[in-house]
Amino acid sequence: MVMLAPNQQQTEKLIYERPHSLEEVYTHYCPGCTHGIAHRLIAEVIDELDIQERTILVAPVGCAVFAYNYFAFDSAEAAHGRAPAMATGIKRVNPDSIVFTYQGDGDLASIGIAEAIHAASRGEQLTVIFINNAIYGMTGGQMAPTSLLGQVTTSSPTGRDAQATGQPMRIAEMMAGLPGVVYSVRRSLHDARHVIQAKQAIKTAFEAQMQGLGFSIVELLSSCPTNWGMSPADAVHWVRDEMIPVYPLGDYKVAEALQNKRGRN
Amino acid sequence: MAKGRVDIDVDRCKGCELCREACPQNVLALADDLNGKGYRPVILLDPLHDCTGCALCAVVCPDGCITVYRDVPQKTPKKEPVLNGKSLSLAV
Ligand SMILES: Cc1ncc(C[n+]2csc(CCOP(=O)(O)OP(=O)(O)O)c2C)c(N)n1
Ligand code: SF4
Ligand code: SF4
Ligand code: SF4
Ligand SMILES: [Mg+2]
Repeated sequence: MVMLAPNQQQTEKLIYERPHSLEEVYTHYCPGCTHGIAHRLIAEVIDELDIQERTILVAPVGCAVFAYNYFAFDSAEAAHGRAPAMATGIKRVNPDSIVFTYQGDGDLASIGIAEAIHAASRGEQLTVIFINNAIYGMTGGQMAPTSLLGQVTTSSPTGRDAQATGQPMRIAEMMAGLPGVVYSVRRSLHDARHVIQAKQAIKTAFEAQMQGLGFSIVELLSSCPTNWGMSPADAVHWVRDEMIPVYPLGDYKVAEALQNKRGRN
Repeated sequence: MAKGRVDIDVDRCKGCELCREACPQNVLALADDLNGKGYRPVILLDPLHDCTGCALCAVVCPDGCITVYRDVPQKTPKKEPVLNGKSLSLAV
C-alpha cells in the first residue's frame, strides 16, 4: 500500500492479498490447474484460524508431491497413498498439532484407499483435502477410480467402460457412511462462487479437528487442463458440465456440533 | 459503484486467463510480452477505471498472483437530506 503523509487521506484499502501461509514461490503446476486454488484456500483458512504454528501437512504422491515447498508450515511427504497412515502417527504423538493430508484421486481412491478408509473408520483426528480431477495427473493421464464413464484417458483409450472397470467412485458419499467421520462434503473449484463455498467447507473441516470431533474430509472437484487436453477455461467448464452431474455437490455428513456453521451449500 | 485496482505479479503469472473469465468488468488482458517463464502474463488494462475491486479475479487465480485494492470514497461535503423540497435534518 501507499505510504501516507500525515493528514493525508487514505485513498485506497487492501481488499485481497495472498495468504501468508503460502510461500511466495513459483509452483510447478500447469497454467490454470486448480490444484493451485486449493492450495491458496487452505493457506487462507490456516491464516484465518491462526494455526500456522501448529499445522502439519502430509503431502501425497501425485502432482501435489511438492506441496511441502509451497506452504509456509511444517510438512512431511508420504509414500503414494499412505498419507492418512503417516498423518495418524504424527497426530497421535503430537495431539496438539493440526494435521491434514492433501491427496489426489489416484493417491486416495486407488492405491491408498485402505489407509483412507481405515483412518476414517478409526475416527482419527485428521483433516483430508481430497482433490478429485478424474485422472492420474502426474503420470500422464491414466484412468483413476474417479474417471467418468466414457472418459478417454491414456489407459482407457476408447473411454472408460463400466463393464471392465466399474463406476466412478464417490468418495464423499462413501466416507459419510463411516461412524468415525464427522464431516464429509463435496465442493467444486470451477468458478468464483464455488471457490468461496469450498473455502468455507475447508474451514469447517479444520474446525472439526480443532474441536477434537473426529475425521473430516472435503472432496474438491478440480481441473487437469493438461491431461484432459483442454484450455484452462474449457477445463473448468468440463468440471461444471460433466463432473458435477456425476459428483453432486453437497454435505454428506455434518456432525451436529458443526451444524449451523459455515460450509453449507 | 466502487472503484478499484489490481496488482498482478507478472513474474509468477502463467497466463491461464481464469481471472479474465471471472472479471465482470472486462479490464484484464494478456500482455504482448512474455515473462521470464515464457508465459504471456495478464495485466490490468483499465483506461476508464472500470475495475470495481470485486476481487473475483483473485478468488480464481490458481497462482495467487493478484492483490486487490478498492478506492476509499473521499469525504465530500454532506448533502442535506430532503423530502418534497423540505430539509429532513430537523426531523431526527
Ligand atoms: C507405489 C507407487 N506406485 C505408483 C506410482 C506412480 N504414480 C505417481 S503419481 C500417480 C498417480 C497420481 O494421481 P493422483 O493421485 O490423482 O494425483 P494428480 O496428479 O492427479 O493430482 C502414480 C500412479 C508411485 N509413485 N508409487
Ligand atoms: S498435470 Fe494436471 S493435475 Fe498435474 S499440474 Fe498439470 S494440470 Fe494440474
Ligand atoms: S477486481 Fe473485479 S473488476 Fe477488478 S480486475 Fe478483478 S475481477 Fe475485474
Ligand atoms: S488467473 Fe492468475 S495465473 Fe492465471 S492469468 Fe490470471 S493472474 Fe495469471
Ligand atoms: Mg488425480
